[in-house]
Amino acid sequence: MKVNITEYLRIELDTERWECRRCDRELGAARENYKRGLLVYDRDPREIHPPLLDSRLYSRTYSPDPAWCRILEYYCPSCGTMIEVEYLPPGHPPLHDIELDIDDLKARWKKGAAAEPERQSGSELPVRKLAPAHRHRG
Amino acid sequence: MNQETLPDEQALLDRFLADNRLFLGPDPEIMRDHRVGPRSDLEQTILEKGLSPHEVHHVRGLLNAALSEAFTMCNQMGAAPGAKWGDLVSGIYTARGDLAMIAPHGIIAFAACCFYPIKFIIKNWISDPTVGVRDGDGFIHNDARYGGIHNTDQSMMMPLFYHGELVCWLSTTIHEGENGACEPGGMPAAAESKYDEGIKMSPFRIVENFQLRRDLVTFLQNSVRDPKLQLEDMKVKLHAVLRLRERVISILDRFGRDVLVGTLRTHLEDVEAEVRRRIRELPDGTTRVIQFMDSSLRENVMQKISLAITVVGDRMIMDFRGSAPQFTNRAVNTNIASFKAALCTGLLQNIWPDLPHTMAVLSPIEIVTDRNSVIDAEGEMPQAMSLMPLFKACVVWTIPMNKLNFSLPQRYSATIASQYDQAATFIYGGLTQHGDVTGNFCGDINGNGQGARSNADGEHSVSPVFGFMCDTGEHEINEEDTPIIRLGAQRLARDRIGWGKYRGGLGYEQIATVRGSAMWGFMTGCEGSKFPSAQGLFAGYSCPSYQLCKIKGVNIFDVLRDTPQAIQEFDIVRLMNERPVSGARYSSVDMGMTFEICNEGELYMICQGSGGGYGDVLERDPALVMKDLAEDLMSHEIARNIYKVVYDEETLIVDEEATRKCREDYRRERTRRGRPFNEFCQDWVRTEPPAGLPYIGSWSDPAIIYAMSGGQRVTMKADQLHGVFMPNPKDVRIAELELQLAQLQRSTGGGE
Ligand SMILES: [Zn+2]
Repeated sequence: MKVNITEYLRIELDTERWECRRCDRELGAARENYKRGLLVYDRDPREIHPPLLDSRLYSRTYSPDPAWCRILEYYCPSCGTMIEVEYLPPGHPPLHDIELDIDDLKARWKKGAAAEPERQSGSELPVRKLAPAHRHRG
Repeated sequence: MNQETLPDEQALLDRFLADNRLFLGPDPEIMRDHRVGPRSDLEQTILEKGLSPHEVHHVRGLLNAALSEAFTMCNQMGAAPGAKWGDLVSGIYTARGDLAMIAPHGIIAFAACCFYPIKFIIKNWISDPTVGVRDGDGFIHNDARYGGIHNTDQSMMMPLFYHGELVCWLSTTIHEGENGACEPGGMPAAAESKYDEGIKMSPFRIVENFQLRRDLVTFLQNSVRDPKLQLEDMKVKLHAVLRLRERVISILDRFGRDVLVGTLRTHLEDVEAEVRRRIRELPDGTTRVIQFMDSSLRENVMQKISLAITVVGDRMIMDFRGSAPQFTNRAVNTNIASFKAALCTGLLQNIWPDLPHTMAVLSPIEIVTDRNSVIDAEGEMPQAMSLMPLFKACVVWTIPMNKLNFSLPQRYSATIASQYDQAATFIYGGLTQHGDVTGNFCGDINGNGQGARSNADGEHSVSPVFGFMCDTGEHEINEEDTPIIRLGAQRLARDRIGWGKYRGGLGYEQIATVRGSAMWGFMTGCEGSKFPSAQGLFAGYSCPSYQLCKIKGVNIFDVLRDTPQAIQEFDIVRLMNERPVSGARYSSVDMGMTFEICNEGELYMICQGSGGGYGDVLERDPALVMKDLAEDLMSHEIARNIYKVVYDEETLIVDEEATRKCREDYRRERTRRGRPFNEFCQDWVRTEPPAGLPYIGSWSDPAIIYAMSGGQRVTMKADQLHGVFMPNPKDVRIAELELQLAQLQRSTGGGE
């Protein structure tokens, strides 16, 4: 059974592997940091947030300072989809940002309570509505 | 305590200590506990007997209407700019001071902090023979160390007695702004200790027999720059509370004491139960996020906020250990109670917006911090600009919670990236055109761009991070009251966007000057000039950096009179790059600026910011890219270089096939240049922060905290933090210039 964890990542519960949701590529053990299965690139932030003010006239130009901020881009090694970005000061260890209890996840999905068909990305999500007494509107 | 102490000796000792407390300062027993207290005996009896759900529902509706009415009274009559935009609250509390309900408008954060001062009053003043709590009393308070968001907010708190019995508490709170601090407007970034923060009202009685005491009112008026505002809004808050009191008494007359008391308690317990149920729905595990604040508002210094959210069954633990230590002499600290209030706001604003606004929302969530960190600051430290960490708390949920709950078949709100989280507005002070002294801030603080969603772009300048029901106010009203003239307003900040498959909502430019004042000045309190503040989600990019731009040494009104053609449009980027006024001084500086004099016709220019983006930019629908171009939100370079769309610049017709190929090529380029994670980390990861980077907080190990002392890097243990003392930036600058001068003198052969 496959469980979507982010826009680009899912966990195949049977094999306990991370997978790319765009190309189905296996990305490593679900009990490990998914980043281990990805490619990383250290971006100069000025390439993504280009200077809008003349950098000959000003040092602050709406671009982040590359000595303070770098952008780590994580790519699927197979399809090149960007799976995650991480803004960090130079040399800061990347974060282990998703560490799920795989046994708990398996138990939940085995019960079927959380089961759902694979969604198309970007589709409208069902939003559960509470009774009017609980709704606070201005 | 000696084990052999007899029980009555112990009681005597306790009594002695209680009677002889030197100073009733902020009480950790109150201030460190954000949970709803246990049922009182009366509540227990009532709930055991049982209540009719229909009656509870009915009473809850009536209370909601009453709170709404009190809110509207403050909103309509309040003199403070904050009142006009909804920066206020009315609330009802149980007899023990647990906050049950707030008005369904305004600032959610109040739902998680207004009860602290009431608990202080209950604990200390009820039984104190020199104070006491009686029918007709009203208590005032503003010091956030005793509860509240920050010291600009003033509360009016009133016990409600019914047939001689204290049944519940009522309150109104308004962000008044001016409070006599070392800078006008109530949020002094220049504060170096708590004594620079202006009046510090611990909770005290200011109303007796339902009337304000004129002697105390005069004292407070004498302590602030805006005595008229101080008086007017104290009256407004009092009369709004009195109206609320009338309404609650009529509910009591109709339904009886037990139904009211039972309803307030049931409301709290129902919300707690629902929060626990929602936590149980989440998969067990831990998700993490780091936020960086790049400024103390006096100098650039990188401060880390580290968060791990762990869910186990129906327990949720937010672990902030490893965050930056507090500053001894910078205003960007917050105490833990205010920080928790902002956490509650963020949860309601971004994750579970359908829950009732009450302290019970946060009550089941466990929060772990390092004492004396920037988010759990204690002692004499200033916290006048606590908005900096508080705004971070408002958005800190978005990334880790979406990583926890994306797998759920049902969620309670959109999957959303971080909203722009800076107080991007002008704080001002000086003499108005009417000759009055004033100090406050502009409603633009409420115009933060929304984060992108999993299925839609973020909305532009939608609301503040701390309350989705606030307005940005009317500049015309502001111009009537203050000498501020808006030369550019509500113009979306082109090209300053969090990119993604869906983009963040944009912020807008604010270009302000002053006219007709003998003395006026501005300050701005934002981080994010070096390190972007609003984070994207699932590969969406953050917003860019923003800064403060100034054009000084000019009177723009003379320019507009003499050479009106000189300025084509009031657009920050054009003004700064084209420099249309010769002889003026143009500068682009950090968005943290302490109070500075603005002469007539000089320009101060800032932006509200964009929310973070969502998803891979290469997945953005080319039609949406064209729409952004058509709406002039961004330039062609972005469409080509970031989104990789091939199209005709004249007609905006997309070449679908060429775009597909361009994006495919770019994906291949990514796989060529990217390196396997482990191999990358071997080169990338440093054992400690870069030598030249002023950095405070943990690096790789949350137990080891990096900090600075006298310009040198030091480390401390996370559980033994002490404050970071920063040198005066002017002294630092003088030292730099003296060094340069000495070098110059040596190179030219001159002496000292
Ligand atoms: Zn892939």
